[in-house]
Amino acid sequence: MSSQWIAVIVTSVLCYALKYIGHAIPEIWLAHPRVQRITNLIPIVLLSALVAMQALTTKTKFVLDHRLAGIAVALIALKAKLPFPAVVIGAMATSAIVYRLKI
Amino acid sequence: MSVKRDSLSVGLAVGAAGTAFGAVAVADHFSVAQACFLSFVLFSGASQFSLVAVMSAGGSALSAIVTGTFLGSRNGLYGVRMAQILKLRGFKRALAAQVTIDESTGVSIAQTNLADQKTAFWFTGFGVFVFWNLFTLIGALGARAIGDTSAWGLDVASPAIFCAVLYPRLKERRLLVASVLAFIWALSITEFVPAGVPIISTVVIAALVGWN
Repeated sequence: MSSQWIAVIVTSVLCYALKYIGHAIPEIWLAHPRVQRITNLIPIVLLSALVAMQALTTKTKFVLDHRLAGIAVALIALKAKLPFPAVVIGAMATSAIVYRLKI
Repeated sequence: MSVKRDSLSVGLAVGAAGTAFGAVAVADHFSVAQACFLSFVLFSGASQFSLVAVMSAGGSALSAIVTGTFLGSRNGLYGVRMAQILKLRGFKRALAAQVTIDESTGVSIAQTNLADQKTAFWFTGFGVFVFWNLFTLIGALGARAIGDTSAWGLDVASPAIFCAVLYPRLKERRLLVASVLAFIWALSITEFVPAGVPIISTVVIAALVGWN
């Protein structure tokens, strides 16, 4: 089995297990404020690091390219309170245009 | 009535983003079958995107599993909340667990009475599920036909989606600090550690920033 399939299946099973456990455990276990603060922060830090990796690196090397232009437009669109699809499509269109101009 | 309509429109709007997932997965060298399997069984947008992103950046299966599972862990926290509202056992609880995600929980807890909260959970959950899977298939087949995905901006779709997810939450100072630290930390170490580590290791930042 390829490592991709292993990752796909194992992550799927673990994530379902977490969803199910959430429905089954007593709420009191997660009531501690410190536990709540940290669990609240975990998705934030993971997603922030993912943005950095996806937008600014290629094969673990730091790279500035067309993707940065796309992310800049996404941030401007978010600042301007544009709806979600406009943010994503604006970023994609900008990135695509810069990519094509360089070729 | 309007609870059902609102729930289903959230399902359609969010499900349509499945197009981006299907396309990104194929652009990152996953098969159409793997993209569809993830949307059907994993069914958690951030985990799906991160799994694909980590492996396409050269990360190992293990780092993809750890990152994807950490990102899916908040669904467990939603489950704790939803269990109090739904009060289910057996098969129905197992079914509810699968559609416990950001949107079904969010639309449900926004309702003012228990009956609407239950309705909103099921209609939003299954609305997103049906459309997310349909659009994943469309996106995956479409991207396979496109070829050079950078020329269509697909390489920036996933980070742009994460920016849009993060942005409204960064008004809170603690979250903003954690986000900026994680961003800088990941970029600083990426050239010196195996792929995937810059992402998973930010859990330490969450623990430090959230400690007190």
